[in-house]
Amino acid sequence: MTRRFPKITVWRAIFAAILLSGLYATYLRVFYGLGGSTNLSDKFPWGLWIAFDVMCGVGLAAGGFTLVAMVHIFRIEKYKPILRPAILTAFLGYSLVVVGLLYDLGRPDRLWHPLVMWNPHSVMFEVAWCVTLYTTVLFLEFLPVVLEKFGLHKPLAWIHRISVPLMILGVLLSTLHQSSLGTLFLIVPEKLYPLWYSPILPLLFFVSAIAVGLAMTIFESWHSSRAFGRALELPLLMSMGRVLAVVLSVYLWIRFLDLSHRHVFALLAQNRIETWLFVLENLLLVVPMVLLYQRRVRSSPGFLYACAVMVVFGFIANRLNVGTTGLEAGSGTHYVPKWSEIAVTLSIVAAGFAFFRLIAQYFPIFEAHANGHAPANVEETEADPVEAA
Amino acid sequence: MSKAILYDSTLCIGCKACEAACAERWGLPYNDTIAAEEHISAHKLTAVETHGDKFCRRLCMNCLQPACVSVCPVGALQKTALGPVTYDGDKCMGCRYCMQACPFQVPTYEWSSRLPKMRKCDFCSERQKAGKQTACAQACPVGATINGDRDELIQEAKRRLAEKPGQYYGKIYGIEEVGGTSVLYLSAVPFAQIGLRTNVPDEPLPETTWRVLELVPDIVSTGTILLGGIYWITNRREEVAKKEGRR
Repeated sequence: MTRRFPKITVWRAIFAAILLSGLYATYLRVFYGLGGSTNLSDKFPWGLWIAFDVMCGVGLAAGGFTLVAMVHIFRIEKYKPILRPAILTAFLGYSLVVVGLLYDLGRPDRLWHPLVMWNPHSVMFEVAWCVTLYTTVLFLEFLPVVLEKFGLHKPLAWIHRISVPLMILGVLLSTLHQSSLGTLFLIVPEKLYPLWYSPILPLLFFVSAIAVGLAMTIFESWHSSRAFGRALELPLLMSMGRVLAVVLSVYLWIRFLDLSHRHVFALLAQNRIETWLFVLENLLLVVPMVLLYQRRVRSSPGFLYACAVMVVFGFIANRLNVGTTGLEAGSGTHYVPKWSEIAVTLSIVAAGFAFFRLIAQYFPIFEAHANGHAPANVEETEADPVEAA
Repeated sequence: MSKAILYDSTLCIGCKACEAACAERWGLPYNDTIAAEEHISAHKLTAVETHGDKFCRRLCMNCLQPACVSVCPVGALQKTALGPVTYDGDKCMGCRYCMQACPFQVPTYEWSSRLPKMRKCDFCSERQKAGKQTACAQACPVGATINGDRDELIQEAKRRLAEKPGQYYGKIYGIEEVGGTSVLYLSAVPFAQIGLRTNVPDEPLPETTWRVLELVPDIVSTGTILLGGIYWITNRREEVAKKEGRR
């Protein structure tokens, strides 16, 4: 998150501090195992690295498939200028999820095992395949940016030829594994608190991923406009705010129906930590939804950004609740992440920001790039299957 | 014929001979300190718990339709026809989904190891295959743990309940729970009072995820047609627009 401001040294100091603590945590993880680097236990085998680094990481990268579907399949071409940053976020996001997995797996050297040793009955098997394939798809979707930069037209044309099936494959894979992260928890009906355990967890995970994908797109547009001193695509983001409001409404309505069909509203009257976390998580989505229906809010970059941030935090709260807090009572134990778990997680987030900035600086990601690397009509040369055919 | 264990808590005297026999069979250390630990762990795959004046022995339930087997992404866990749920440590990548999924919180992990494995009771798989008793059943001096054919053990348990109804809480734990387990419990008091989980569903847990997973081929095929179709329609619109010079 380094910026070209006088503040730059402060940000750099924070960045360095995070990376140093992450480095020490990595040492602990490698030499003292999961026991020496986490507060996980036999009764609580999954912690922050799964709930945040993997579950939130995959979700926050959902802007990639959402925008690809909007621009290339539904052909809402006006969103094209923010497609590349979304694909870059997704590609970085998934790469960092893999890094998170390397920390969390007991045997990271066997990361490849699910590709060879199959168990189609396992949700984790399906997620492993989808994430592997989709990361490959994202790499190929991002590759044109690199090829353009170095003027490699032959491979560029080759990628354009397969771009349509590639995009459809990407959207399908995302639909599958975004929802499957919710399916993972269907196996623990007796452990997960009933406010969160629902047979439609996969659907809830899928719809909330679309919402947070849109929110992240607004979030990164706002940040990159400040970092690179380029104009904010406000009209675009305003209409995206509309879409976000509708997706949030759909999500919250499904959530309401789910709670009412399962007759669990009475639980909200109990003064428990779960109740408060549940209320918090939903308020963080209800408030931006209401706000985004106001034109005044949508047309103000500051408010729009604030709404996006709330959605991102509401999403993170939901995934952490399903992945950790909601399981504590049912597992008969408490879990607070160890400092080293937090250090690794922060390092991964910081690395994400840094890589995004680096790549955005040297490659044609934004249409009107401040450094003028990209030709003005760069988007015209991007995957246009009609011309390719 | 699937094998099972019948554990009768009313007969158990808490001597922990089963613990010692189990440790010996696995080649794990066993001493007074370890004997005092009343919970299963990576170095203690069965444990006798004290609940007031009652005992309850914990070990892997070796479920008939095990959640751990269904969730393992690499198929390291297998349910054998004979009854045991076995584990192949060479396949395991350490995702610990089996631990999360197990409704009885049985699988444990070698947390402090650099190359860790999951540990759990495997029902003395190789002994049972050879027609021998499990180590714990063989060691039990009072017959609180007996090992045999599951259907016969259910009959035996029912016979005990019928013969001495006053001595028992009138149910057998493990017949219905998560679709049935290979460890059956008898107790003098309701099962929750000796630390057994009574909130587990009767439905086999693998069903909960399979209901969704089995839709994957349908979603992929329908999705391909839908997305491909939408693309075909929107793209046609573009082509027409281009030809008519509207762009």
